[in-house]
Amino acid sequence: MKGYNFAYLDEQTKRMIRRALLKAVAIPGHQVPFGSREMPLPYGWGTGGIQVTASVLGAGDVLKVIDQGADDTTNAVSIRRFFARTAGVHTTTRTADATVIQTRHRIPEQTLRDDQIIVYQVPQPEPLYRLESSRIETRRMHALADYGLMHVKLYEDIARFGQISISYDYPVMVNRRHLMSPSPIPAFDNPKLHRMPTLQLFGAGREKRIYAIPPWTEVRSLDFDDHPFRPIRAPHPCGLCGATDSYLDEVVIDDRGGRLFVCSDTDHCAERRAAGHVGTEGLKEAAE
Amino acid sequence: MAYVTVKGGEQAIDNAHAWLAEERRGDRTVQELTLAQIEQQLGRSVDRAMGEGSLYDRELAALAVKQAQGDLIEAAFLLRAYRTTLPRFAHSLPIETATMQIRRRISAVFKDLPGGQVLGPTYDYTHRLLDFDMAHSDARTSDEAVSTMPRVPDILGHEGLIEPDGNGEAEPGDLTRQPLSFPATRDVRLQALARGDEGFLLALGYSTQRGYGGTHPFAGEIRMGEVAVEIEPPELGFAIDIGDITVTECQMVNQFKGSKTTPPQFTRGYGLVFGFCERKAMAMALVDRAMRAEELGEEVTAPAQNVEFVLYHSDNIEATGFVEHLKLPHYVDFQSELQNVRRLQREVALTAERAEAVCGQDTPPPLAGGSWGQGAVPPSSPLPPTSSREGRGRFSP
Repeated sequence: MKGYNFAYLDEQTKRMIRRALLKAVAIPGHQVPFGSREMPLPYGWGTGGIQVTASVLGAGDVLKVIDQGADDTTNAVSIRRFFARTAGVHTTTRTADATVIQTRHRIPEQTLRDDQIIVYQVPQPEPLYRLESSRIETRRMHALADYGLMHVKLYEDIARFGQISISYDYPVMVNRRHLMSPSPIPAFDNPKLHRMPTLQLFGAGREKRIYAIPPWTEVRSLDFDDHPFRPIRAPHPCGLCGATDSYLDEVVIDDRGGRLFVCSDTDHCAERRAAGHVGTEGLKEAAE
Repeated sequence: MAYVTVKGGEQAIDNAHAWLAEERRGDRTVQELTLAQIEQQLGRSVDRAMGEGSLYDRELAALAVKQAQGDLIEAAFLLRAYRTTLPRFAHSLPIETATMQIRRRISAVFKDLPGGQVLGPTYDYTHRLLDFDMAHSDARTSDEAVSTMPRVPDILGHEGLIEPDGNGEAEPGDLTRQPLSFPATRDVRLQALARGDEGFLLALGYSTQRGYGGTHPFAGEIRMGEVAVEIEPPELGFAIDIGDITVTECQMVNQFKGSKTTPPQFTRGYGLVFGFCERKAMAMALVDRAMRAEELGEEVTAPAQNVEFVLYHSDNIEATGFVEHLKLPHYVDFQSELQNVRRLQREVALTAERAEAVCGQDTPPPLAGGSWGQGAVPPSSPLPPTSSREGRGRFSP
């Protein structure tokens, strides 16, 4: 775009961000402060992810942007357009075709490869902030690996509800050392973080932190031996493709309690339908 | 230099006002703004002035914005000062936002829902790049109105997943007629928030998201559009429509772990403001929910949960008055403070002199068979009681 550098950010800024990324990769799960810039999209819309993507993007990359698992959500469309406009890179909705995937709140269902990078948009990088609001204090707790507070929180959940009641942004231990927020992905997605072949980068623009999980790193969701981690999923097959192992969106279809459950990962669902899988809704349509 | 008594205040004020008028008008070779231009093209300013000024009248608000040179708190102040002179004919019935003529309606909790998602005239997905063509641009889009749309909390309510809304039977309180008293009921709190300063509520709402009184919020629904205002004059016995107003409504859906008497369910945070003021409606809903901490049995530790703190400081007309009153003359008080500080300094100096005189001699070692005797306790502890150190991390205004 005229008047702007490739992918919007100037090269010095990108270099600064790449240095932060290198440090983050070297210390998996550790939050690295970085000089986050004002972006032309508001804080909370994914400024951290956008800066990370801008810093790793090359002219030959193919970019996929998803929000809530879908390529067609407004914010995903907006960010995809932003990079198409400022970097002129090819964009795609197909998970397999992308070299860089920027995401908000989901990990694609399809297993990612080692030649791909996934960039997470992070609203709150500090996993302990609900328990200790002072960032001076939480920094000290990370330094000492003092995570007793979080274990007590989980224990209290079990004491009160018989189970851990966190359903998204479920805290994980990275490389047996750092407690990390996986960003607000559903706990359903947490197992995908573990030993993923893909480089995982996390950008928090407003909070000015970057962190990373290098490929094949051990990532464990916090739990107890007698209360193992349990991801939550709606007990339905996808209404469109019939998948029983994907994360589902709940769509309200009337105000009398009617609901339709469909894959949140739109590319996954579309590919399954193209391969001939049909859900109950598709069968209804065929019958009409 | 001879002393000149500061007099002639009247002349000074007249001169200041004349200067202000001149400044307000600016360069006379530039065309003067009309109220219609402000109302039409600075709509968000007009909306904010109406909301914080607590008076729904776009034309008057445009006048206030013009008269205040775009200073929106000053504009709200002008509207408040006008509003207070108006007679009150009737209370309106509660507005029915379910039948709103929708211009914008989004839900962050359902991908799709009856009535659909309507983006409307939003900045949300614009890229903040200055548009240098704007001066000549005349592009305009419009989204047309839609019929009745169920509200998201109502959809959740069918399944009993969200707490029921309070009934609207009781006559709501009115801060403009009855002074604030505590405990403040939710209707009064919501009125205070609706009139409150956008920036203040924004910062408080933001603080709840960063760990200072978190509420686990989801934007269940945000809608903006026109609703009818109805009154029911007692002599008629039925409701009559007196006109439409534009409002923005935000219903936050928040996590609640349940208590001994209540099962786990979602709770509500509510925001409603005049005009298109989405930022404020959202912040209001966050703060409303945060202030319900005590009612819901949550620990009250953060500023946004402290009802008294929030309500006493949310009104920007009160705040700007008291902050800016510091520029009024305070000669008398300051004079007494001057005398006081001088006296205290003299006493400190005297004490230091005396101490020096004593130190000149040998100081007896403490507790070593001195004047208190073996094992005796000093008559008073040198340190004050430590209660002031308690409550670390607690918020106390």
